[in-house]
Amino acid sequence: MAEVILSTKGLSRSFGYLKAVDDVTLNIRQGSITGLIGPNGAGKSTLFNLLTGALKPDTGTVHLNGRDITGLAPDRLFASGLGRTFQIPRPFARMSVLENVMLAPTGQVGETVAGPFFFRNRMRAEEKRIRDKALGVLDFVTLGALADHPAGQISGGQMKLLELARVLMGDPSLILLDEPAAGVNPVLTETLIGKIEELNRQGTTFVIIEHDMDFVMRHCDPVIALAEGRVVFEGTSDEALKNPVLLDAYLGATADA
Amino acid sequence: MIGVISYLVFFATTASILAIAVLGLNLQWGNTGLFNGGVVAFFGAGAYATLILGGTPQAGHLGGFELFYPLALLGGMAAAGLLAWIVGLLTLRLRHDYLAIATFGVAVAFENLMRNAEWLAGGAKGVRGFERPLREALGDGFLYNLLFFAVVLVILIATYLFLERLVASPFGRLLRAIREDEEAAQSLGKNPTKIRLTAFVTGSVILGLAGGLYGTFYAFVSPQDVLPTLTFQIWAMLIVGGAGNNRGAIFGAFLIWGAWTASGWALSRFAPVEAQLYTGSVQFILIGSVIVGMLMWRPQGLLPEKLVVSQRGKTPLVKQGV
Repeated sequence: MAEVILSTKGLSRSFGYLKAVDDVTLNIRQGSITGLIGPNGAGKSTLFNLLTGALKPDTGTVHLNGRDITGLAPDRLFASGLGRTFQIPRPFARMSVLENVMLAPTGQVGETVAGPFFFRNRMRAEEKRIRDKALGVLDFVTLGALADHPAGQISGGQMKLLELARVLMGDPSLILLDEPAAGVNPVLTETLIGKIEELNRQGTTFVIIEHDMDFVMRHCDPVIALAEGRVVFEGTSDEALKNPVLLDAYLGATADA
Repeated sequence: MIGVISYLVFFATTASILAIAVLGLNLQWGNTGLFNGGVVAFFGAGAYATLILGGTPQAGHLGGFELFYPLALLGGMAAAGLLAWIVGLLTLRLRHDYLAIATFGVAVAFENLMRNAEWLAGGAKGVRGFERPLREALGDGFLYNLLFFAVVLVILIATYLFLERLVASPFGRLLRAIREDEEAAQSLGKNPTKIRLTAFVTGSVILGLAGGLYGTFYAFVSPQDVLPTLTFQIWAMLIVGGAGNNRGAIFGAFLIWGAWTASGWALSRFAPVEAQLYTGSVQFILIGSVIVGMLMWRPQGLLPEKLVVSQRGKTPLVKQGV
């Protein structure tokens, strides 16, 4: 079996009486594009928030690259190589696209009150380096021409690309995308998929929540399905299409529609 | 003629001191989105501490350390920063309106403490026995006031330059990101708690500096100087001038202080005698109306925040007026 980059063991989280994520144990393969599917309310987003530290689990553990990261805050996880995007894009609206991206690198020398005054030369050199990298990343996600635009005024699809660009500044080994194709026009979706696959070829692992079954079946392998907080299926996309439980619970409805 | 000039110097000194305070609030609210509803507590901490540290011994309350003036002023800034650090640690989990309510409460508590703890700061009678620096050499006249104004102006410009460089740096980017979306910033490796606390303390140190200068200017401070009114005045200055824009903050300070002074003068001159008692109240109504009106019709202020302040890309598409 290939190496595991992210694993959970017995992960659970309840909200009141609702068990949103219930005893989830799974392994994300290094270098994969893993699709996470399931009907609304299946616990996908809660699971994402547990993996990225936005929520703390009631029980269970999460390991990233063999290291226990259970309950670590999101800022610590980003520094450990885990990047995430949001279901509804969260750009820093009143900042330029470039500033959005330049923010991301951790431990910048100019990020303290003293930095801009006592470490000016180091800060300038670092700013130049970060700016060059940011412009490169923006070009990569096809947003280069929008660098000076307010991030709140670009389209929803462009915001998703911007979120990917921000995350890429941290050189993550694992990126979690929450519904990257939702509400995005087909052309931008194709662009996004192209970028994801290119990054994946360079070694980045992806976990993608997606409702667009066509997207999942074409681009994700393996596929993990959740229902009522539990893992109900784990396998290749071909197997998913032949799985009666899945067809019944989720895919059937989509295939009929 | 000298009377008019003398008055203008007096006015400009007060307005400049308030402008420094507005700059401090702008770092907290305009840049970081922290709703400090207790501005006057940090302003007051600076004023009280400066006078207590730099003043001559007085029977009945703390003081008489007779520190070298710049040290006393630094002490005032440190006191405001310390207060902000404690308040910040206690209220870090609070957002927006809750932070505003908590800090407003802190300011009221501060005022009551100063009013009642006579052993600490003279109670309702305030802190006396402070000698303005170099007064013996320069006397109490116009020359002194002019020089004092020059010093305040230099400090105002220095504060402005300090903040302009700060907000154009990666640190400024951090503050804006926290203001725009804390959760997203955290997902990008930033520690919101630490950033909020740093911005809150830094802004409060500047508020303390303004308070210290204010106390020095009048050589006196009492609980009457730390009433909530001053918090609202400083807020009005920032909102009218333009939150997020340091020039706007200074402009707003002069404009609102000018309007406040002029309205006070006009009311005392033209209002009917039986209404004279209420001119203070009328002024409060006016300043409240100005805040509400600005928020309704021009929430970005007269000089709105400029978009890109840290770095520009290689291909500016259009001049951004946003």
